[in-house]
Amino acid sequence: MVKLKSKSRSESLTENQVTSESVFWNRREFVKRFSMGAAFASSMGGVQVFGQSDAPYSGESLRSELSSEYVITHHNNFYEFSTSKEKPAQMAKSFNPGLDWKVEITGEVEAPGTYTLEDILSWGQQEERIYRLRCVEAWSMVVPWMGFQLSNILKKVQPNSHARYVEFKTLKDSSVFPGQKRGVFGMHSLPWPYTEGLTLAEAAHPLTFIATGVYGKNLPGQNGAPLRLVVPWKYGFKSIKSIVSINFTRNQPVSTWNKRLPKEYGFFANVNPEVDHPRWSQATERRITNESFFGVKKIPTLMFNGYSDEVAHLYKGLDLRKYY
Amino acid sequence: MWIKILKCISHILAWLPLVYLLYGGYNHQLGGDPQEKVLHELGSWGLIFLLLSLSMTPARILYSRFPWIRFRRMLGLYSAFYLLLHLIIYVIFFLGFSASELLNEIIERPYITVGMLAFSGLIPLAITSTRRAQRRLGKKWKKLHQLVYPIAGLGLVHFVWQSKSDLNEPLAYVSWGIILIVLRFYPAIRKKMNKPPVSLSREKTGIVD
Repeated sequence: MVKLKSKSRSESLTENQVTSESVFWNRREFVKRFSMGAAFASSMGGVQVFGQSDAPYSGESLRSELSSEYVITHHNNFYEFSTSKEKPAQMAKSFNPGLDWKVEITGEVEAPGTYTLEDILSWGQQEERIYRLRCVEAWSMVVPWMGFQLSNILKKVQPNSHARYVEFKTLKDSSVFPGQKRGVFGMHSLPWPYTEGLTLAEAAHPLTFIATGVYGKNLPGQNGAPLRLVVPWKYGFKSIKSIVSINFTRNQPVSTWNKRLPKEYGFFANVNPEVDHPRWSQATERRITNESFFGVKKIPTLMFNGYSDEVAHLYKGLDLRKYY
Repeated sequence: MWIKILKCISHILAWLPLVYLLYGGYNHQLGGDPQEKVLHELGSWGLIFLLLSLSMTPARILYSRFPWIRFRRMLGLYSAFYLLLHLIIYVIFFLGFSASELLNEIIERPYITVGMLAFSGLIPLAITSTRRAQRRLGKKWKKLHQLVYPIAGLGLVHFVWQSKSDLNEPLAYVSWGIILIVLRFYPAIRKKMNKPPVSLSREKTGIVD
């Protein structure tokens, strides 16, 4: 199915060679802009003075709240590697998907097919988005993603009039993801491959993003390289990692956590401080800013994770208690 | 003499998890969410010490000449110590030091309720662990301290209940607990266990460490 670069080969290539032209180009731009931004912001007392601050979805106003690169890349829920949050960062070191990564696009679309990462990256410009990330476990971060709107893909493959939902799947291969083996007691019970879904309207929303990088670097394996969904108004588990399949469907797909624990994890999984998880409160969150012992602060959780203005209209008339 | 040395070594070993957490916390080596890491590690070690403490009596089946029983109290007290730290970290960093929020969580979150119940059960056991209390309570002491079995059970439930999907680690502890219960209450084995080993002269006095 998907062929990963062998370790020896990727080691012999320079970083320049394994990074696509477009990513690399963006990276230099990004680094320049980012470092200037940081310098400006500090000299001007945090006032935003440059770059994309006028772009409506850039999240520029969150720049002063960014979580550190270390915590973003070393505190990962990626059960395909491990259920521990530290281990994915160590285990993903040999997981370096390249431009030959393949994504199957199937279902109710005009242009189905198998596309490589290289194809997909050529479909549009990459940009930076600073988004809040709220995990269903009640911790959160602010992350500077690089990537493109999912709508770029939709425009390219053209969902037809039957398409109502989009189903995503993560690579299933226990030689890459040892966490997909069952444990000694056989009780590691997530059904693989990890599957997630969105309504077509959610998928087409300009906030819905496909991340290819973070902090101006290519997305590390533990963050879901090479293509990871980011839906900032939903709990983090909706943001499926290492995508190999995008399927446009007529019926609502069954997402992995919903299948495993339907009473705890719904299909929509919109961030909502008023609807508690059955086992814990969602009213507050622990914002992880850096890796020091006191780098976590407790703050109130915002409706739709602070993106109400942009997305609340999608759920008009929907009982959010019932459709959690 | 050698038992004193062994006890000394055990004390040093028992402090190592805490030393590691303090060192790691200070040097930013506890991952992206050090508070949660510390919380979970303290809880795990509390449970490990509790199960170790309960393992001392059945350990006599394995090797009856070693005075296992003299390590029981020490292990139990380390369990109470780690679980107290576990609770303190939870109240300070996860509930923001708010008594009302603690009460709220105890009422609303079943796994917190169960955990708190287990911890409150441990307190009287820790308090009455002195030799003086043992003498004063006499036969009642043994009855009181049998509470440790339901407490361990609740602790295991608390651990399993807060897990998300990987039950392998909690179930390892649960299996350990089940083996202990079987050994404790399976009469034939029990009979064998109750035969006092010759070397344990102190036990005849009813006083154990």
